[in-house]
Amino acid sequence: MEEFFQQLTNGLAVGGIYALIALGYTMVYGVLKLINFAHGDLFTYGAYLGLTLLTSLALTDHLGFALGVLVLVLMVMGLVAILGAILERAAYRPLRESPRLSAVVSALGASIFLQNALMLLYGARFQVYPDNILPTATLNVFGLYLPLMRVLIVLASVLMMAALYLFIQKTRIGAAIRAAAIDQGAARLMGIDVNRVILLVFLLGPALGGAAGLMVGLYYGQINFTMGWVYGMKAFTAAILGGIGNIPGAMVGGLLLGVIEALGAAYISIAWKDAIAFLVLILILIVRPTGLLGERVADKI
Amino acid sequence: MKHGKPFAVVMFAVLLVAAPLFLNAYQVDVLNSIGLYGLLALGLNLILGEAGLFNMGHAAFYAVGAYTAAILNTRYQIPILWTLPLSGLTAGLFALAVARPVVHLRGDYLLIVTIGVGEIVRIALVNDIFGMTGGANGIFGISRPQLFGIVIRRPQEFFYLIWGCVALTIFLFLRLKQSRFGRALNYLREDEVAAEGSGINTAYYKLAAFGLGAAWAGMAGTLFAAKMTIISPESFNFWESVVLFMIVILGGAGNIVGVLLAAFLVIGLPELFREFASARMLVFGLVMVVMMVFRPQGLLPAGGGRFSPVTLARGRG
Repeated sequence: MEEFFQQLTNGLAVGGIYALIALGYTMVYGVLKLINFAHGDLFTYGAYLGLTLLTSLALTDHLGFALGVLVLVLMVMGLVAILGAILERAAYRPLRESPRLSAVVSALGASIFLQNALMLLYGARFQVYPDNILPTATLNVFGLYLPLMRVLIVLASVLMMAALYLFIQKTRIGAAIRAAAIDQGAARLMGIDVNRVILLVFLLGPALGGAAGLMVGLYYGQINFTMGWVYGMKAFTAAILGGIGNIPGAMVGGLLLGVIEALGAAYISIAWKDAIAFLVLILILIVRPTGLLGERVADKI
Repeated sequence: MKHGKPFAVVMFAVLLVAAPLFLNAYQVDVLNSIGLYGLLALGLNLILGEAGLFNMGHAAFYAVGAYTAAILNTRYQIPILWTLPLSGLTAGLFALAVARPVVHLRGDYLLIVTIGVGEIVRIALVNDIFGMTGGANGIFGISRPQLFGIVIRRPQEFFYLIWGCVALTIFLFLRLKQSRFGRALNYLREDEVAAEGSGINTAYYKLAAFGLGAAWAGMAGTLFAAKMTIISPESFNFWESVVLFMIVILGGAGNIVGVLLAAFLVIGLPELFREFASARMLVFGLVMVVMMVFRPQGLLPAGGGRFSPVTLARGRG
């Protein structure tokens, strides 16, 4: 029971991270019908920027842990958002009217470029977050021990998801995003500047992805320039699982996938951990391509 | 221009045949790599270029072929070249089994699924599936190939084996391209709904393209196993699939000459700039983006076949 509970909470923490990344995939897909393959790499940039800012500015020394990390999160989110906007401008906007294949290949190219630029800048080795700044305390919940960091990760991701959900559902700009996702042409006729909506989506998604990257750095302590690929694929699986294009779907899918993976690794086989997510992806696309709450993705005449 | 092209191709072929006579072993080895990638890319071209199915797990079929050959050779002492048809068949059947449930998915979803298949195969190999793949270390001690009593060992000898296979492949695939089968695949790529409306069994042709392209990858796997005498899962990782995908797209999907040209550029060029080896993938990524923005049809676009819309529009039927 103890083991199960530990794996469950660990799965929720990882799942929260998947969900944050998945939101970026799903929002872009909703508006542009494009799989942004470079999104996973923006996530990695979040982790690396976080590390650089953390070590160079020593925020946690000046401001204390809570405020320091908060400022760090905001800075990383802002920087990665700008990166996302540049990516959209350089790699996707010129291809808005092109066939799907061109955009997909461009996205892959951008992903390869970003990943290797990071490798040339930082080197191919694992980078380590300083371990003396993080709280190592554990909480005692009904006799079960929980690392504080894990709780913080879950809380932070849920908080960000809730904020995004309210933004999309309750504000005028959120309504514009939803309208552009349903029908770009009609949205344009209603006076919505679709280009700005797309830009906004490329700011919001990468901001959340960057925050997720920082969380991975803080949670696991080590990061690598290729990790965006694995996390990206898993987050994408989460987005499909929940139904791509569907924002609550990405949240549910992320948490679910995190838990499935953690329990699968614990009770089936740790060596096959990475294969589990891919298996879920393939099964979902075969059995229910719409995902749990989403749009249909298979062509049928 | 139209008359200059066959001449250039013949000149190039003659030059290539004579190449081992005046190149050193290392340079010949680079040509061998280009030949292997050319074979793989031609197989992928059938799936991605001719039929327009986004397959980014081609390395998985390559791996199935290579491991089939290696297992048959090291465990049952079957001469490595004899395993060619069998590894082709295994890879082809594997592709059919994998593609059957997912082949109807829309373009980019197929791409994601094939990435997933590629990763699952790699993880399975690392985890020593069936206790036969040797885990992360792979399989070693694969015997040298033997052809007409000659043991093929030096790069120069492999050169003729590999490029002989490439030549045969070019001939077969050119014939295939001009056949009813090839035209059906092109229809499928250009307009699936219209193709189905004209009585083309889309599921059948898509699967056939997958099976055939994968079988070619499997046979290339045999040649790879024979050349290296040792294979491990890392030779078949995701980036191999990406490089192959890129070769086909850059060359001009559906154009055999274009695909081979791209194989030369993508595999050969980095060898000329070895001091910048670490920036290789960076440049690839940039080229992919720039190419899609300015020349999405590839270096040598497809078209120009006897019944292609391009030719018909020119009034040359």
